[in-house]
Amino acid sequence: MGSSSSNMNHIPNAQELMQETGFSAAHLLRLYERFEFLDRDGKGELSPDDFEAVRELALNPIGGRIIEAFFPQGQETVDFASFVRVLAHFRPNDPNRKDGAQQDQANSRTRKLKFAFQLYDQDRDGKISRNELLQVLRAMLGIQVTEEQLQSIAERAIQEADLDRDGAISFDEFKKSLEKVNIDHKMSVRFLK
Amino acid sequence: MAALWTLLFCLVWPACLALTPPAELPQPHNLPPVLGMNSSDGSPSVDVPMALRVFSMDYHHVQAPFEIVLWIMLASLAKLGFHWSGRVPAVVPESCLLIMVGLLVGGVIYGVRHSAPPTLSADAFFLFLLPPIVLDAGYFLPGRLFFENLGTILWYAVLGTLWNVLGIGLSLYGVCLLAQNSLGDVSLLHCLLFGSLIAAVDPVAVLSVFQEMHVNDQLHILVFGESLLNDAVTVVLYKLFESFLRLPTVSGLDVLLGGCRVVVVGLGGLFVGLFFGLLAALTSRFTSRAQVIAPLFVFLYSYLSYLTSEMLHLSGIMAIVTCAVTMKQYVEANVSERSNTSIQYFLKMWSSVSETLIFIFLGVSTIQDVHMWSWPFVCSTLLLCLIWRASGVLLLTAVVNKLRRNAVTFRDQFIIAYGGLRGAICFSLVFLIDDFPKKRLFITTTIVVILFTVFVQGMTIKPLVELLDVKRKKRALPTVSEEIHSRLIDYLLAGIEDVVGYWGQHYWKDKFEQFNRKYLRRFLIREDHQARSSILRVYQELERREQRGDEETPPLVDPRSHSRPLLPGEMDSIRRILSRNLQSFNNKTPAYSRHTLNQDANKDRMRKPLHRHQSLGERYTFTQQAEDGEFSGSGRPRKGLSRSHTVCSISPRPVFQETSVSPASAQTAETPNSSSTSREDPVSVQNQTTVGGAPRKHLSFVLENEEK
Repeated sequence: MGSSSSNMNHIPNAQELMQETGFSAAHLLRLYERFEFLDRDGKGELSPDDFEAVRELALNPIGGRIIEAFFPQGQETVDFASFVRVLAHFRPNDPNRKDGAQQDQANSRTRKLKFAFQLYDQDRDGKISRNELLQVLRAMLGIQVTEEQLQSIAERAIQEADLDRDGAISFDEFKKSLEKVNIDHKMSVRFLK
Repeated sequence: MAALWTLLFCLVWPACLALTPPAELPQPHNLPPVLGMNSSDGSPSVDVPMALRVFSMDYHHVQAPFEIVLWIMLASLAKLGFHWSGRVPAVVPESCLLIMVGLLVGGVIYGVRHSAPPTLSADAFFLFLLPPIVLDAGYFLPGRLFFENLGTILWYAVLGTLWNVLGIGLSLYGVCLLAQNSLGDVSLLHCLLFGSLIAAVDPVAVLSVFQEMHVNDQLHILVFGESLLNDAVTVVLYKLFESFLRLPTVSGLDVLLGGCRVVVVGLGGLFVGLFFGLLAALTSRFTSRAQVIAPLFVFLYSYLSYLTSEMLHLSGIMAIVTCAVTMKQYVEANVSERSNTSIQYFLKMWSSVSETLIFIFLGVSTIQDVHMWSWPFVCSTLLLCLIWRASGVLLLTAVVNKLRRNAVTFRDQFIIAYGGLRGAICFSLVFLIDDFPKKRLFITTTIVVILFTVFVQGMTIKPLVELLDVKRKKRALPTVSEEIHSRLIDYLLAGIEDVVGYWGQHYWKDKFEQFNRKYLRRFLIREDHQARSSILRVYQELERREQRGDEETPPLVDPRSHSRPLLPGEMDSIRRILSRNLQSFNNKTPAYSRHTLNQDANKDRMRKPLHRHQSLGERYTFTQQAEDGEFSGSGRPRKGLSRSHTVCSISPRPVFQETSVSPASAQTAETPNSSSTSREDPVSVQNQTTVGGAPRKHLSFVLENEEK
C-alpha cells in the first residue's frame, strides 16, 4: 500500500471515493489507469466518443444505453469520480463488510437492479412501458425474430410481471420478477488487478 | 438414392478386392516393354513381347496411388451415403456410421484374404491424416471466445488431463495387482503409459458428435479447446513415460526433467507456430501478382510448422494451431476474395476427408488377428475412464466457477464429462508402444474403449441431455421476464467489462492491438490494404447485422392486440430464440461447424458492399477525424449515441452512403419511440431495400435528423 499511495495523489478525493464506493486503493488505482487509458486526449474527462472507442461496446446491442448510463442527466462529460460511482454498482457484495446501512451501498441488490431498470426506462418515468420493452427486445434479438414473435414475447413478459395491471412494469414489479436470480453473482465484475 | 447405393456397391466390391495387398512382392514397376530386350534381373514375370500388345494392364505401376485414391473414394462415398440416408443422421452420429463401414470393409477384406487387412500406420496418421483436421480447427477458431475462456480451457486441459492420466494409471495398476495371475506382468510404468494414451479426449470424435447436438458456443469452445490443448499434454506425457520405460531406472531427477520437458514441448510448439505463422503472413503480402498460388502458402507453411516441431520433438498440434491463428488475420487481409474462399474450402475439404478416412480405418483395423482379451482389464478400464473423467470435471468446475461470471452449469458439466470421446489418437499411440508381452491386450482394450465411447456415449449423449433439459425445466421454469432481464444484464455486464478492461485481459488485448496496428500490420499487410482499419471492420460487422435485420422488416402490428396465454410450444421457441441470440452476440461467428462454411459465406456476402470502399478507406478515416472535430462543440442528440451516427448526419458525400447509412439505420431502428408512427413508415419502408438502394435511405435519415 505504501508504494501505491504516491500514485494515489494523482487521484482527486481518493479517500472519500474509497469510503463512498467501497473500492480498495488497488482497485481505485487500476480504475484510474483505465480511465486515463480511455481518456485519449488527456482532458481528465471522458466524453461519449471515448466510450465508443471501445470497439466491443459499439457492437453491443445495448452499447448506446450503457454509455448513456455513465452520463447523468444533461452532462456531456464524466469525470473520474462519476466514472467510479457508476462502476461501484458492479462491485461484488462482500458479506464481510459490517458497516451498516447496507441498503445504501452502491452495490446493494436494490441499487444494482435499479441500474438495470434504468437501462429500459429511457424517459425516467419509473415504469417500463411496452414500447420501451419492445425497443430493448428488438435490440437484443437481432436475427430471425419476426415482429409478431417480438410482440408476443413482450406481451408475455408484461403479463407475467405486471401485478397492478397498469400495462407497464414498475420497479417493484421488476424486482419481484427477478427474485429468483442471483443478482449479486450476475451483476458483479471481479475487479481484479 | 437407389442409384447412389448401387454405385457405392459397384465401387466398394472391386475396391476391396483391389485393396488386398498381393501376397508376393510387387514386380518392378518401370519395366519398359522394349522389343527384343531380355531383361537380366531374373524376375520371372518379365515377358518379352513377341508381338505388339494392343491392350495390357500394369497394375503395379500405379498400385500405391491407385489404392490411396480408392480409399479416399470409399470414404467420401460413405460420407455422401450417410447424408442421403434419411433419418439415420438424427440418431447415429457420423463417426459411428463410418466406423461401421470400416468394419464392413475390413470384414470383407478379411473374409477374402483370410488375413488382417491393412492397418492404420501411426506414421500415416500423425503425418498425413491429423494435420489437416487440426489446421482446420485452428483456422476457424473463434478467437475472442477462445481467449476469453482460455483460463478455463487451460485449467481443464492441463489439470484435467493430469488428473485423468494419474488416476487411470494408478487405478489400473491397482487392478493389475489384484489380478496377479493374469495381469501380473504389467508394471506401473506400463499402466501409466496406458493411462496417458487412453485419457486423451479426441477432438475429431468430439466435434463430430457435437455437430448434431445443440450446444451453446461457450460449451463448444470449452470442449473443443480442451480437446485440442490436451493433445499436447497427452502426447508429451506419453513420450515421457515411454522414455522412462527405456531408462534402466527412474529417479526423482528424471521426473523433474520430465516436468520441464512438458513445458518446453508446449511452449516450443507455440513458438514454432508463431514463427511460421508470421512468415506465412509476410509471404502472403507479396502474392498480389500470382494470386492463384496464394492459398498454397497457407497450407505449406502450416504443414511445415507441424513437421518442424515434430522433428524437434515439440508439440506439432500446438504449432499448427498457433500458426493458423497467427496468420489468419494477415492472410485474409492480403489475399484476394477468391483466394480466401479457396483456402477455406480446401481446408474444409481436406479435414473432412481426413476425418472420414480416420474413422473408416478405425473400423478396418479392428478386424485383426492380434487381439488379446482380459475381462478385468477391459471392464475396469472402461469404468475407470468414466469415473475419473466425471470426478475430474466436477472437481475442476467447482473451483473454476468461483472465478467465472457465466458459471459452467450442471448440464454443461455433464456434457463435458460424458462427451469425452476417445478416438484415433489413442489408437495410433497404442500401436507405437515398444513391444512387450501385454501389448496386444493394450491394443484390444484401446479399441474397445474407442468403440464404446464413440458408439455408446456418442449415440446416447443427445437423448440424455434432452432428458436433463426436461428435468431442469420441470423443476424451475424461468419466466420469460426472467430470461429477458437476465439477458439484458448479461449484455450490460459484457459492456461494463469492456469499459473496465475486465481482468487485465482487455488490457493485454489493447496492448496487443496497439502493437499489432503499429508494427505488425504495417509490416505484414500490403500497403493498399492497410487502410482496412479496425473501424472499417466494425462497420463491416454492423453492416452485416444490419443486413440481417433488413430481411426482417417490422410490419406495423397493433400493439394493443389482445393478449392470450402462450402455448408451451411457443414458450419453448421463445426460450430458444433468446438463448440462441445471446450467444450469437458473444462471438462474432456462429458455432464452428466442420461441414459447412455458412458463417464465412455470409461474411463474404457482407464484405462485397464494402469492397468499393477499400481504396477509399484512408480518406474515410480522415474525414471521420475532421467531422469529429467539427462536431465536438455542438450538442449531441442523446438517443442512439455512436460515432457512426455522428458521421452520417453531416456527411454530404454520397460515396459513403452504404457504410455510413446502415449503422445509422441500425440506430434508428432502435429508437422508434421518439418518432411517431407516420415518420416510422418511411424509415422502415426504406429499411426493406437492400444496401443497393442506399440513396433513399440516406435521404430518409437526413429527414429524421432534421426533425430532431
